[in-house]
Amino acid sequence: MTEILATVNYWVTIVLMVGGLYIVVAHGNMVKKLVGLGIFQTSVYLLFLSPGKVLGGTAPILAEGFELYSNPLPHVLILTAIVVGVATLALGMALVVRIHEAYGTVEDDEVHELEMD
Amino acid sequence: MEQLINMVLLTLLALITIGIIRVRNLFAVVVLAGAYSFLMASVMMVLDAVDVAMTEAAVGAGISTVLALGALHLTKTEEAAPRFSAILPLFVAVGTGAMLIYGTWELPGFGLADTPMNTGVGLDYLDRSMAETGIPNVVTSVLASYRGYDTLGETVVIFTGGIGVLILLTAVRRRRRLAGDRDKGSAP
Repeated sequence: MTEILATVNYWVTIVLMVGGLYIVVAHGNMVKKLVGLGIFQTSVYLLFLSPGKVLGGTAPILAEGFELYSNPLPHVLILTAIVVGVATLALGMALVVRIHEAYGTVEDDEVHELEMD
Repeated sequence: MEQLINMVLLTLLALITIGIIRVRNLFAVVVLAGAYSFLMASVMMVLDAVDVAMTEAAVGAGISTVLALGALHLTKTEEAAPRFSAILPLFVAVGTGAMLIYGTWELPGFGLADTPMNTGVGLDYLDRSMAETGIPNVVTSVLASYRGYDTLGETVVIFTGGIGVLILLTAVRRRRRLAGDRDKGSAP
């Protein structure tokens, strides 16, 4: 049981990563592709934050009476990643709206067919 | 106890991901993605990343959901049925997953204090932050003081993204207005 608990974070990280990758590859709808990309991204957050956790430790805010803190460095990296992630998402959604205006559809195979005609 | 809460939340995350894969209504997909972000924020709380959890709840569940709903308002809310078989993507995804699982074999266990990652530069920041910057929150001191230029670069990225969105969407609006004028002119 303890062995499962010790690796469950990595397992779920992989499940989320594979799920996000599958949505991006298998689904033609561009809004859904962007949601899948978001899931892939959050799985990377989990991959960074999980090894930084110290059991019995607390959040890295220095205070009297606490000796053990979790690693603050992954938190800083992931804060930057979240904000950059929302910038790419906004740009992606704007592109989807623009593609819908130009082709009348947001399915990538339909866009491809219209391009071929 | 921490580990148990962690496991329950992570299981819910995996279930929501499967739900997002299966649902075809994009409105439902976006709402599920919002719930996913809140759950992810809870996991981050358990992992002691309080600043990250706050940002994920505000940005991931808030702004991202609003952006996606805005895009849905301007496009369609139903996904077309798949035209190609999903076997090849499934194969790619499972193959990637197998390689990733192989990669986790040598990783240290969860929550240990003596891993290479937790004995390196992170500890250094914890020791020196109070004396050098006077900020008790170490994440803030690294973000704003030690790595201030990175944060400036991040702001530049958001600024560039904002400009890109504005250019794309104002062009959409202008063309719509032109089309509207043309329709009015041709009407009897």
